[in-house]
Amino acid sequence: MTDTIAPVQPVDLLAKFDPIIQTREQLLAAGVEDPFNLVMEQVLSPTRAICNGRDTILLGTYNYMGMTFDDDVIAAGKQAMEDFGAGTTGSRVLNGTFRDHRDVEAALREFYGMDHAMVFSTGYQANLGIISTLAGKGDYIILDIDSHASIYDGCAMGKAEVVPFKHNDIEALEKRLKRIPEGAGKLVVLEGVYSMMGDVAPLKEMVRIAKENGAMVLVDEAHSMGFIGEHGRGVAEEQGVLDQVDFIIGTFSKSVGTVGGFCVSNHPKFEVMRLVCRPYVFTAALPPSVMASSATSIRKLMHGGNKRAHLWENSRTLHKGLRDLGFKLGTETPQSAIIAVIMPDLERGAMMWEALLKEGLYVNLARPPATPAGMTLLRCSLCAEHSAEQVQTILGMFERAGKAIGII
Amino acid sequence: MTPADVDAKIRTLVEPFNKKGITIEDSTTFASDLEFDSLTVMDFVAEIEDEFDVIISMNQQAEIENWGQLVAAVHKLQDS
Repeated sequence: MTDTIAPVQPVDLLAKFDPIIQTREQLLAAGVEDPFNLVMEQVLSPTRAICNGRDTILLGTYNYMGMTFDDDVIAAGKQAMEDFGAGTTGSRVLNGTFRDHRDVEAALREFYGMDHAMVFSTGYQANLGIISTLAGKGDYIILDIDSHASIYDGCAMGKAEVVPFKHNDIEALEKRLKRIPEGAGKLVVLEGVYSMMGDVAPLKEMVRIAKENGAMVLVDEAHSMGFIGEHGRGVAEEQGVLDQVDFIIGTFSKSVGTVGGFCVSNHPKFEVMRLVCRPYVFTAALPPSVMASSATSIRKLMHGGNKRAHLWENSRTLHKGLRDLGFKLGTETPQSAIIAVIMPDLERGAMMWEALLKEGLYVNLARPPATPAGMTLLRCSLCAEHSAEQVQTILGMFERAGKAIGII
Repeated sequence: MTPADVDAKIRTLVEPFNKKGITIEDSTTFASDLEFDSLTVMDFVAEIEDEFDVIISMNQQAEIENWGQLVAAVHKLQDS
């Protein structure tokens, strides 16, 4: 007897990605090195690595303060690994809170001068967890249209009504706030620095308007922590509104130089978040070595005034140099440590990216849908450890590559 | 405002975004027929919101695929 049940051909759930597979194949068929498959075989310093076999200057790592190779940061991590082992194997609310998890939260409270700090396994999870837990069904989230994916994902997870407004448009924010039904819970979500173009938000005005309209305010300072503001607390500090922001979100994977995410707040009930925030509860806590390294790094960043000054100098030099060469940049003036070079299209953007890589320079190739307005960008992020000489070398590489590809 | 008034008003708003001059019927879709990308959607929605003094949240936008659905949604919003 044979089995008479006819096999049912499944609907291929991956078929919806065919256009992406096609675009990628076309790009690679043109002979371009795969921009999304780069391997760093060796990392020599915060600013140099062997990438795909070449000695390469790193200009796309968000390693703003160069803390990844700081002697004290490494020593603290090594010691914690010796003393506490390789991992936590548990949630923060069960067996995953070690001495150094507490200590890194203390370091964050010191750094921001705030009452509460909560550490997540990544910055993505910090946004996902905090936003989805704060704003639920029936609440309203008013956010900048160019917000990071983790912010949008937090909104979707919480099922709040999501109301986007035009990027950095103060009037558009105010109009939307005023239209929200009376009595509804309102959370305004902003970023200090927007990572695609490297521009800064008008937080002073936006936070004031949010407060006037009875909204709570969350600011993601992922790309500003460590070097914007007098104490490196970010754009909210720089613009004098830090005390009015209800929740600051940040990450350890940029200026701090490790991995992890956090939220700091002065809200008196903030600690309840540890019990109700699912991306905090249902995941394993970071390894103790990462926590010890992070705590050391955060405390060193509090005294990083000289490094901050040098980073700003690098940002100004690169911005002016690229402009003078004739490149189109994301901002008129250097506003952060990110400088976005606007490419005419994806094809030439990928060619330019590859030409730079062959010159020995790594930058981020950013393309839609991650970018605003369907743009292709070569995103450069500077490091306080880039020497003035390296910045000149970088400019020479951009000039040769730009001329070879025909962009300048 | 009647649904017909709402329709007429949105028709004037959509003109600058309807670059190919597609004839719009109730079944005309924004993504396929009018080829709106996310940026165009944002600008167009902002125009409607300002004109009618309403909010069309992203959650609501996700439910609106064609012209008829948009007119119905805006008509309902401006009444509430």
